[in-house]
Amino acid sequence: MSVVVSHIREPLVNGGKTYHQITEDLCSPTEKTPSAAWVIAFLFAVTGLATYAFCVFWTVWKGIGSWNLNRTVGWGWDITNFVWWVGIGHAGTLISAVLLLFRQRWRTGVNRAAEAMTIFAVICAGQFPLIHMGRLWLGFFIFPYPNTRGPLWVNFNSPLLWDVFAISTYFTVSLLFWYTGLVPDFASVRDRAKGIRRKIYHALSFGWTGSAKHWQRWESLSLVLAGLATPLVLSVHTIVSFDFATSVIPGWHTTIFPPYFVAGAIFSGFAMVQTLLVMTRKVLKLEDYITIGHIESMNKVILLTGTIVGVAYLTELFIAWYSGYIYEQFAFANRVLGPYWWSYVGMMSCNVLSPQLFWSKKLRRNIFVTFFMSIFVNIGMWFERFVIIATTLARDYLPSSWSYYTPTWVEIGLFIGSLGLFFTLYLIFVRVAPVVAIAEIKSILKAAGDQYSGEQAKQSAATADQSHH
Amino acid sequence: MSTTHKEVLYGLYNDEVELLNAVKQANADHLDIMDVFSPFPVHGLDPLLGLEESRLHIAGFIYGAMGTLTAFLFMSWVFTRDWPIIFGGKPYWSVPAFVPITFELTVLFASIGMVVTFYTICGLSPTRANPTLDDRITDDKFCIAFDTNDSSEADKEKLRSFFSTSGAAEVNTKMV
Repeated sequence: MSVVVSHIREPLVNGGKTYHQITEDLCSPTEKTPSAAWVIAFLFAVTGLATYAFCVFWTVWKGIGSWNLNRTVGWGWDITNFVWWVGIGHAGTLISAVLLLFRQRWRTGVNRAAEAMTIFAVICAGQFPLIHMGRLWLGFFIFPYPNTRGPLWVNFNSPLLWDVFAISTYFTVSLLFWYTGLVPDFASVRDRAKGIRRKIYHALSFGWTGSAKHWQRWESLSLVLAGLATPLVLSVHTIVSFDFATSVIPGWHTTIFPPYFVAGAIFSGFAMVQTLLVMTRKVLKLEDYITIGHIESMNKVILLTGTIVGVAYLTELFIAWYSGYIYEQFAFANRVLGPYWWSYVGMMSCNVLSPQLFWSKKLRRNIFVTFFMSIFVNIGMWFERFVIIATTLARDYLPSSWSYYTPTWVEIGLFIGSLGLFFTLYLIFVRVAPVVAIAEIKSILKAAGDQYSGEQAKQSAATADQSHH
Repeated sequence: MSTTHKEVLYGLYNDEVELLNAVKQANADHLDIMDVFSPFPVHGLDPLLGLEESRLHIAGFIYGAMGTLTAFLFMSWVFTRDWPIIFGGKPYWSVPAFVPITFELTVLFASIGMVVTFYTICGLSPTRANPTLDDRITDDKFCIAFDTNDSSEADKEKLRSFFSTSGAAEVNTKMV
C-alpha cells in the first residue's frame, strides 16, 4: 500500500486512527447516555428558551409598547439582535462552501458543527424581524401571495423585502447542504443501531447504501451547492447592510457597508464557532479531530477579518471628515463621543484591539485565550450593531426630537432567551447527529492523518527506514 | 437496489487501495460488477466502473435559469402591468432593484431542484426500505457486489476465486 507522506503539513487527525476507530469515536456520542455536563447545559438552555417564549408572549400580549422604542429610536435591541444572529450564521456556510472550493482540508473537522450552528443562528435571527412587527400573526404579509386586496403586492424595490428573500433562501440552502452531508453519516449511525433507533436512523439516512454512483452524484451535488452557497453567503449580509445603506440617514448611507458587514459577519461567525467547538471537543472528547491546528486556522481568519473590520471603522471616520458634509461628520463624532460612547469603546476594544493578540502563534494555539477571545468578539460584534443602529437614530436631524434609548426587561429577556433557543437546538444536535463529518474525515485520513503527515509520521518513517537497512 | 429478491455475491475489502486493485482485476477478467459500496467516496473508482460523469450540474443550471426567469418576469409583470407604483420617482421597470431577489431565487430554485433530483434519481427517501448488504459498509469495509441470481455454479466459483486472489477479507451471499 503506497501513500504519500507529508512531513511539512500539520496532521488534521491525531491518534493514528483507523476507519473503524473514526466511526466509533464520532458515532458514540449519539449512543451513550448524556453526560452530567450536557444535562446541566441543557437545563440552562431550556430555561433560556422558556424565558424567550415568555417574552415573546408578553410582547404579543401587551404590544410593542412593552419595549422602550420611541418615535426617534425605532430600531433597538430587536434589530441589533437580528443582525448579530445573521452575522453569526455566516461562518458555517463559509467554512463548508468557500473552504471546499479552496480545497482547504481542515474544513472537514469543523464543517458539520459550523453548519449546524449557522442554521440555528439563522433560526434565531429570523425571529426578530417577525416579533418587531408587533402583530406576529400577520407575518405572512411579507410574502408576495395572491390576495383579495387587488392583489396588492409587496414592494420588490425595498431592501427589507430583499432581506426576506435573502434570509429565507440562505436558511433553505444551508439546511439542504447540511442535511445532504449528514445522510451518509446517519447511515453509519443506523448500521450500528438496533430496534426502533435503527428505524429512525434509517428514515433519517433516506436508505443510504454507499453505492459508487450515489457517491459520485453526492460529490457533484456538494460541489455545485458549494458553488451556489459561496455567492449566496456574500449576498446575504450585503443585503442586510442594504437595509441601512440604501436609507438617507447619515452614518448609514455609506457604500462601504456591504464589504464591511460581510467581513464582520465572518468575524463574528468564526468567533461563535470557536466558542462552541472549544467546549464541544472537550465534552465529547473530539480533540483528535478538532485539533489545535483547526483552532489556529480559525483564529487566523478571526485576526484577518477583525483587522478588515478595524480598517472599515477607521475608513468610515476618515471619509466622514473628508466628505466635508457636516451631518455625516456629526453622526460619526456622535458615535465616538456622544451619549453612547461606551458602546463605541466596547466595539473598538473587543473587535479591533483584542484580536491583534493573535499575531502571536503561542496565543493563537492557546485554548483559554481562544475561548475568551471568542466571547470578546461576540460581545464586540453585538456592540457594533448597537452602535450603528441606536446611536445613529438617537441623534437625528432635529435636535428637538433627540432621544436616548435603554431596553426594558422584555427586550433583554428576548436577547438572553434567543441564546437559550440557540443552545437548546445545538445541544439537541450534538446528541442526535455526528458532530464531525464521518465520511469526510475518512476520505482525508490518508492525506492528513498523523500516520501520514507531520512530525510523528516523519519519525515513524525514519524508524521504518532504519529497520529496513 | 430494488426490493425484488435476487441473490448477490459480495466481497469485503479492508482498504480502498485493495478495492481499486480488485476492480481493475475484475475488469481484466471481464467480470460484470453489479455495484461497489464504500464508506466514503473513493476517487479513481468511477472510470474503472465505467460510470459517466454526473449530469446533475446541468439540471442545476436549468433549475437556476428557471428561478432567474420566474423572479425577473414576475417582478416586471407586477410593476409594469399588474399594479404599477412609483417608488421614489424611479421608473416602473426599475431593473437594478430587481437584482437581489432575482439572484436569491436563482440560487433557491437551483438548490432545491438539484437536491430533489438527487434523491429522486438515487431512489433515496425516508420511507424506502433499501436493504444493505453489510452493516460494516458504512464503517470500514469496501464492497464489490455481483448479481448471481441467474449464475451457474461454475460462474459463482469463478467469482469466489476472483475474491480470494484479489485479497477480499470476507465473501458472502445475500438475498436482497
